Amino acid sequence: MARITASVYTSHVPAIGAAIDTKKTGEDYWKPVFKGYEFSKEWLKNEKPDVIFLVFNDHATAFSLDFIPTFAIGTAAEYTPADEGWGPRPVPKVIGHPRLAGHIAQSVIQDDFDLTIVNKMDVDHGLTVPLSLMCGEPQAWPCPVIPFAVNVVQYPVPSGRRCYMLGQAIGRAIRSYDEDLNVQIWGTGGMSHQLQGPRAGLINREWDNAFLDQLINDPDALSKKPHIDYVREAGSEGIELVMWLIARGAMSDVAGGPKPKVAHRFYHVPASNTAVGHLILENA
Amino acid sequence: MSLDKPYTDVPGTTIFDADMSRLGYHLNQFCMSLMKADNRARFKADERAYLDEWPMTEEQKQAVLDRDLNRCIALGGNIYFLAKIGATDGKSFQQMAGSMTGMTEEEYRNMMINGGRSAEGNRYIGEKK
Repeated sequence: MARITASVYTSHVPAIGAAIDTKKTGEDYWKPVFKGYEFSKEWLKNEKPDVIFLVFNDHATAFSLDFIPTFAIGTAAEYTPADEGWGPRPVPKVIGHPRLAGHIAQSVIQDDFDLTIVNKMDVDHGLTVPLSLMCGEPQAWPCPVIPFAVNVVQYPVPSGRRCYMLGQAIGRAIRSYDEDLNVQIWGTGGMSHQLQGPRAGLINREWDNAFLDQLINDPDALSKKPHIDYVREAGSEGIELVMWLIARGAMSDVAGGPKPKVAHRFYHVPASNTAVGHLILENA
Repeated sequence: MSLDKPYTDVPGTTIFDADMSRLGYHLNQFCMSLMKADNRARFKADERAYLDEWPMTEEQKQAVLDRDLNRCIALGGNIYFLAKIGATDGKSFQQMAGSMTGMTEEEYRNMMINGGRSAEGNRYIGEKK
């Protein structure tokens, strides 16, 4: 049977991708950001997942205002890095896992969550920057990736509670898959940031760190936090953090297992307009 | 019953909800078109003519020509869509965000290096710091 071995949480700032692609990671501004992922790159090499289930948000790239799916699962064989206006990132194409993705789609929809099934989409920095942070600059990504896009662009966006419960359904679906696979679930986006209007540049270090504490220790209570708290305290784009609750909900302790182990925790301000948060939790 | 919108009292912030989305549909779809290199080239060659291909309001077109992102947002633009205009201009996301704050690029960059804009005094309209 497939098992979820770990969950990874990380911001996905476009400027981080640009810093990697233009060889600026050694500059004083960027050094502290990338230092926070040195452990993670080694950790990922040792952990060698068979599949990464990657929760991210599309930034008006694959989904325009023509179609706005709340939750969309990629069931394609591969995905091309998108041209977000700067030209596509020079990173490997993303190989999917159609069979597992199809299994998850069927299980989760039958578990009362409506997913949109996507067989063709380009993936933006929301998906490729976390891969770059965790894998560096390989010729190919280390394993297949199942993209899972969440609408946090147009309100209403899903609540933290719904994301947390969806994560539980995804966890059940993965654990019921008949092949022996080591699956990691990644929640990306956030932490505090606001990209728009006169309030742009909002950062809330205390709130972010309290979020990380609660994500580790009491995700059930954290999932009840209303949207407006994210907006007031973490900036309008801080709402991306609800996606972390999907990954957290898939961990074993939520289904009655032992508490996860914190393998790594990192926080830094700033990367461009945002705070960078990163966490690795291992299932016991 | 009208919808509850608790986010209308957050200063300097426009939440992109269904009402804003309806207002900004064509503006945002114009922005999406800039994800294709040949569209970017056509826009750069004659911005006005390119904008006239879209059923946007005159105000929206002028806000784009002025690169007034706050105005674009007031007229239904969303920052993730508007970012395609900045990308076409070769601007970073930090330059775009900074342009909406009334600060110079250097002031904004320094604010971020120094830990960003505090939430204190910025949670509610009229809140005292």
